[in-house]
Amino acid sequence: MLNQVAVKNLSKFYQQRKLFTDVSLTVPDQSVLVVLGPNGAGKTTFLRILCGLTPATAGKVEITINGQILTPEERRAQLGLVTPELELYGELTAVENLEFFARVRELPFSRQQARELLEFVGLKGRGHDFVHTYSSGMKQRLKYAYALLHQPHILILDEPTTNLDEAGVALVDSVIRRQRERGIVIMATNEPEEVAYGDQTFTLG
Amino acid sequence: MFWQIILGIWMSAVIVASFLYMPSTQGLGEMGRIIVYHVPAAWIAVAAYLMAMLNSLGYLRQNKLQLDRQAQINAELGTVFCLLATVTGAIWSRGAWGQYWNWDPRQTSITVLLMIYAAYFVLRSAIPDAERRARLAAVYAILAFLTVPFLVFIAPRVYVSLHPDLINVQNRSFAMDRKMLVVFLASLLGFTGLYAWMYNVQLRLENLLAAAAMKRREYDG
Amino acid sequence: MIKPLRWVKQGLAIWRKDLQIEFRTRYTYSALVMFAVTTLVTVSFAIGGFTADVEITAALLWIILFFSAMAGLARTFVAEEETGTVTALKMAAQPEPVYLGKYLFNVTILCSLALLVVPLFIMLLNISIVLPLAFCAVVLLGTLGLAGASTILAAIVSKAGAKNSLLTVLAFPVLLPLLITAISATRAALGGGLAAEVRSHLLTLFFYNGVAVVASLLLFEYVWNE
Repeated sequence: MLNQVAVKNLSKFYQQRKLFTDVSLTVPDQSVLVVLGPNGAGKTTFLRILCGLTPATAGKVEITINGQILTPEERRAQLGLVTPELELYGELTAVENLEFFARVRELPFSRQQARELLEFVGLKGRGHDFVHTYSSGMKQRLKYAYALLHQPHILILDEPTTNLDEAGVALVDSVIRRQRERGIVIMATNEPEEVAYGDQTFTLG
Repeated sequence: MFWQIILGIWMSAVIVASFLYMPSTQGLGEMGRIIVYHVPAAWIAVAAYLMAMLNSLGYLRQNKLQLDRQAQINAELGTVFCLLATVTGAIWSRGAWGQYWNWDPRQTSITVLLMIYAAYFVLRSAIPDAERRARLAAVYAILAFLTVPFLVFIAPRVYVSLHPDLINVQNRSFAMDRKMLVVFLASLLGFTGLYAWMYNVQLRLENLLAAAAMKRREYDG
Repeated sequence: MIKPLRWVKQGLAIWRKDLQIEFRTRYTYSALVMFAVTTLVTVSFAIGGFTADVEITAALLWIILFFSAMAGLARTFVAEEETGTVTALKMAAQPEPVYLGKYLFNVTILCSLALLVVPLFIMLLNISIVLPLAFCAVVLLGTLGLAGASTILAAIVSKAGAKNSLLTVLAFPVLLPLLITAISATRAALGGGLAAEVRSHLLTLFFYNGVAVVASLLLFEYVWNE
């Protein structure tokens, strides 16, 4: 397999509680994995482990791109994350946020590119407003701009349509479809319409 | 059980010998007897702290909670022996120099050591999650330990030391005679045994507690 | 060789971002300045027209700088943790550039605090400086060292749930060698000690800075990636 995400015997305990044990699965290229499970089953933790944000108690995650298993360092360039617990800088404008993340990722950055990205996520004309003035739906849209900025191969979405209106749901739809063409989507959700995207599903808990 | 009894007899013999067999020292008089307790306690304290630092380094490399437990126990035992050394040192200081405390370089560095590990325990108690606690405590222990050499280097230049030097052979004012050396070495051995026994008991206890928590986890899950 | 350069470049981006936010909110700086100025004015008022001993004023300067640093420096990490931006930053940046960026930010804040506080200190407490160059060097190296050692401790505190006075408790023993040296050197620069001592004190401060920054760079990864 040239590109894939492989989860091997993953277990996670948090404090005195067992979240999940011995999870193994493989997500092939150009597919969508939907992670299901009741609240508190560890969906968010599972995604955080995939991103390398939380260590696993046992087992490992291997991300292969072009036949090469990525080091934790290389993963940063290939992962895009949208989750309710992630926030962007409220005291910066949307454009400044994107500019900052482009600089940190050492990507070339142009105002033009930022404008196009913001237009794509439906924030046209609001790029120079401070993010703390945004509504929660607008913040969610901006998170998509943040996650797509570096054109990652793998997109990880936790409750992708939180706070979004109908147009926002359509945006998520097009993001998932586009990403499925060129890479991998892994998302955690319990909404039936979103579960339908899954080429495979996995239930935690 | 056998070794505990041996250790008990051994330490009792050292205590009796330190008063009856050992002669009083030249220059320091009867106060010199405290050396049998003070110096081994200080050495064990430093050794335990050093072990705690090595365990912390090991934890960061291997990520095994067992090593974190060892680091914690070593830090605790180090602190117990460090307190013993501080108190015996202060008593001796009173007898020899007329003051319990006078910021001698040794007293300064031992105070900072105690403060470092007090802060270490405060940090541990502030973090509920075991893995996170182990990580952050290990980083702090290493970081704090790195600053100790600076102190050892700086303190003597700020205040002149009156502390007798045991390692420096040039210093003839405080040489041990043979009888004293025998009791001193016996005491050092006894203290080491005491440390090893306490460490062992603590480690078994902590491992049992961790295993019990693990069982509870399985039961809940 | 390429790697450290990239770290610095990314670190500078983080430093720029933090300064941008600081200019808009002025949260950290005002906390530091308020603390320092209040203490200074109180002491100056209590002393009145007298000139205090060099021993006391030298210690006072570093006590003020130390506690001001403790009042504000944890903010950089705690704010990221509290607002949830830490996840966004972690996804984008390696640990080392984050440390460098935050370190540079803390250096900037503390140096600008020193620029304000030291002249006030000299005026309010009627201090005459015998060795001005040495004095400047001590203040500079001392402030750098304060930032160098407390940046990683601030990160530890932010991961430990930002308990109130935890930073002070953790930082004091670690910073003690720096504070003792800086106080002795300041005393000498103000004319209360041997001028020859200053050079060796400065050397100690320099090495302390080096050890603090290198050790933090090596250990920061373990704090940042939980």
